[in-house]
Amino acid sequence: MIHQYKLNGYNIVLDVYSGSVHVVDDVAYDIIHDYFSEEKEALTAQILEKYAGQPDVTREDILEVFDDIEELRRQKKLFSEDIYEPNAYDLKNRHTEVKALCLHVAHTCNLNCTYCFASQGNFNGERGLMSFETGKRALDFLIENSGDRRNLEVDFFGGEPLMNWQVVKDLVRYARSIEEAHGKNFRFTLTTNGVGIDDDVIDFANREMHNVVLSLDGRREVHDRLRRTINDQGSYDMIVPKFKKLVEARGGKDYYMRGTFTHNNVDFTEDIFHMADLGFTELSMEPVVCPPEDPFALTEEDLPKLFEQYEILAKEMIRRKKAGKGFTFYHYMIDLTHGPCIYKRISGCGSGTEYFAVTPWGDLYPCHQFVGDEKYKMGDIWQGVVNEEVRQDFKLCNVYAREECKDCWARLYCSGGCAANAYHATGSIKGVYDYGCQLFKKRMECAIMMQVAETN
Amino acid sequence: MKRIKTIETRNLEKSIKDGGCGECQTSCQSACKTSCGVANQECEKKN
Repeated sequence: MIHQYKLNGYNIVLDVYSGSVHVVDDVAYDIIHDYFSEEKEALTAQILEKYAGQPDVTREDILEVFDDIEELRRQKKLFSEDIYEPNAYDLKNRHTEVKALCLHVAHTCNLNCTYCFASQGNFNGERGLMSFETGKRALDFLIENSGDRRNLEVDFFGGEPLMNWQVVKDLVRYARSIEEAHGKNFRFTLTTNGVGIDDDVIDFANREMHNVVLSLDGRREVHDRLRRTINDQGSYDMIVPKFKKLVEARGGKDYYMRGTFTHNNVDFTEDIFHMADLGFTELSMEPVVCPPEDPFALTEEDLPKLFEQYEILAKEMIRRKKAGKGFTFYHYMIDLTHGPCIYKRISGCGSGTEYFAVTPWGDLYPCHQFVGDEKYKMGDIWQGVVNEEVRQDFKLCNVYAREECKDCWARLYCSGGCAANAYHATGSIKGVYDYGCQLFKKRMECAIMMQVAETN
Repeated sequence: MKRIKTIETRNLEKSIKDGGCGECQTSCQSACKTSCGVANQECEKKN
């Protein structure tokens, strides 16, 4: 399967199953497009006619393109076949060790954001904080179930994790005290709204957290519209100085400024540029996840505008990079030479198999987006996974499990998409959240175009 | 090739043999938390 598109002056041909990327001129683009639908002689005549005004487009020249295409086919870099499907279920079954936990250390929050998928921190349940003993057991559970994996990821999540900061620090210290003896390397992430950041948080997080995710929606008026304090005030002015201080002191370690855009700010690139203008360079901006009846839900009418926004973003990023003012955008980070292997591309995020969310009370869920949905409770950190039916569903929930993905060129870039989004959109984790797919595909086209631009 | 330029990419077929160690980051742990994409995940293997 191939996918070809034109963007920012480039003609790009993706060969889906080999992962190859080709940049071609108009003549080759047209020949590749009709390569199997037209006879060679007829296609040659069509091309000669179409490019009659261009003296460099000769019959010989066109035949050379045919030869080049055949050479690329021999090298399995163009029109390559899907050789992975027969092994897809085995591939998925190979990975049963747990390597990542989302620790919900606080099911409560000190903000009251309108669009929060966690229902203002409590995930539609009781408010509560994780005890040190529960967190410690979660870390032990992770080590016990991680097999030979060395790198273990733990995200301190909520609600707002800084509302249980002492436990976070104690858990990090506990993990550090045992990781070497077990041959493990913990990588911690802190995801925070910023309200509770102080010098102690900055010092500890910058020393111990492999990554810090800081929630900021961009422009003040956009951020303050939905990210409200308990007293119904905007939170921008309170948190931005804290974020700046934390990032300045971080010494180049990983962080993300992470925003959410909604129907209210379809022009979300303005918010990304605002973050960049504040001096932040590692940026992420996600489409809101919410029921379609919510007033801020993205609509079908928004879609073409969003496509345009992603193009604006890619072009502006190229421009700023050339001007020495570059920044990264999470979804445009793509490493063509050192990216994910085929196993990763088929199996996806690992929710419910390699990755679990742990509630303050030690219950296990496939991921943070399923927390609070009782039928997806998989077990707890003392007994382990007991809901085998759900585990099996997630184990087999890969890109080949979805009929809708069968003919999609992006299937090895998204690995079938987010199970939670699929579930919320269709009622099945093996469904497809079409709106998200469309945005994802646009982002991939832009990301690959940026890579192409780098080489030109 | 005059009209086709191939960008260097990882050979996915070859990665059947040299991939699968599982040490890479869990996709949505790093920043998004509300979508899935694996394309932007870096391979942990150095070779």
